[in-house]
Amino acid sequence: MTSPAVIAAAGEVGGDFFKERSSGTLPCQAQSDHLFCFDWAKDNIDRYGTPTVQHLEIVVLSVVIGFVVAFALALLAHRRRSLQPPLLAATGVLYTIPSIAFFFLLLPLTGFGRDTAIIVLAAYTLQIIYRNTILGLANVPDAVKDAARGMGLTERQILWRVELPLAIPEIVAGLRVAVVSTIAIATLVVFINAGGLGTQMYGSGNLTFPTSIIIAAAIVMAMALAFDLVLLTVQRLTTPWRRVRPA
Amino acid sequence: MNTLPLASFGGAIEFIFTPQDSNVTGGNKVGGFDKSLELVLKHLEVTALALAIALIVALPLGLYLGHRGKGELFAVGFGNAGRAIPELAVIALVAVLIGVGLKTVAPALAILGIAPILVNTYVGVRQVEPATVEAARGMGMSESSIIRRVELPLAIPTVMGGIRSAAIVILATATIAPLAGVETLGDFIINRNVYGENGLLAGAILVALLALAIEGSLALLQRRLTSDGLKVKTA
Repeated sequence: MTSPAVIAAAGEVGGDFFKERSSGTLPCQAQSDHLFCFDWAKDNIDRYGTPTVQHLEIVVLSVVIGFVVAFALALLAHRRRSLQPPLLAATGVLYTIPSIAFFFLLLPLTGFGRDTAIIVLAAYTLQIIYRNTILGLANVPDAVKDAARGMGLTERQILWRVELPLAIPEIVAGLRVAVVSTIAIATLVVFINAGGLGTQMYGSGNLTFPTSIIIAAAIVMAMALAFDLVLLTVQRLTTPWRRVRPA
Repeated sequence: MNTLPLASFGGAIEFIFTPQDSNVTGGNKVGGFDKSLELVLKHLEVTALALAIALIVALPLGLYLGHRGKGELFAVGFGNAGRAIPELAVIALVAVLIGVGLKTVAPALAILGIAPILVNTYVGVRQVEPATVEAARGMGMSESSIIRRVELPLAIPTVMGGIRSAAIVILATATIAPLAGVETLGDFIINRNVYGENGLLAGAILVALLALAIEGSLALLQRRLTSDGLKVKTA
């Protein structure tokens, strides 16, 4: 039985919560019928720092790993068309398995903690990034490739200097979806003791209380919005030719 | 004791079919086929209910907005924002604020399914050629029959894509429904001190299989619903 140690590890943050909740010295935090307790929020906002950083680390690592793998698979499948259907099916299966189930299916291999969280979340991003990269490369008009060939570019140069730059809008669109959904799903890594903002919603094997859940959810959604805007800006900056013609 | 032995998968399969001893139930056996089946059915029930609510809300709205060409910002913005909603927060808030049970959990899960259905229906209908709609209008079809008999059939592949995403996110989130008092397969996972490691893995296996089965059935349904004319064009 791993449970007691496991729950203690998960409950470090949650444990604090309940201590402070039951002390009765802080205003209104113990009543779960309060929708939002500003006084408690003001006094306790600092407790969200560490979970936010953990959350960010997990998301960034997962998306970077997912992107590298999916991008490599997409380039491979771009060269060898016969790989496209099986790769789409394989990434589709990974995308379909619910993340919580996936965490625990990996338990015998990678155990509790951050490694498992990152593997699952990275696997989750594969499909959307892979599919959009393939789509972006396929959307490059043949005439453009012919022109590049006529100018004497090799196939490799055509890929890196013509096809990939033209595919940036689709690739970044896929990346945006991947990042935003990974930020939301990363709240679930609390179930395998990998920390993150989920700990402020569900700690010590119990749900916390409305104020804390709302603060944590707000941080998650703000983080998603911020990343989305940053990537949108990156997309604009890397495709200056798209700005000339109104979309 | 951080990782489980690989042999746990055998134990998990056994757990699904035959009741096992537990450390905390005072000699009562846990798990087994009847319990597994009960949880699978509950999981399916709450998923189906939530998906039905999401469909009733999002499908007509998406069809209407797409047909009128209005509310792009609303439909697409809602879809994007929907992806950023943390599932755990939805279940947790409903449980601590409104109450536990199927009646509160199903509508909460439906919220997660509305965004993908709405945005895909909207986009699917918008992608229908304006000339096609004009032709239907010229043939004397009413606006509502244009939606039902022209736009919806042509948009089916995209609409079904949204419904499949919705079904998967609802089914996945139903795994944490035991936090809000609905005993789905997540019970094996969340109450791991009752069911033990075998139960934990058994729950994960069953949830994964259920998701793949639902996704497969909806893919088949999509092929049945897509008109033969469309299949020829895209093949």
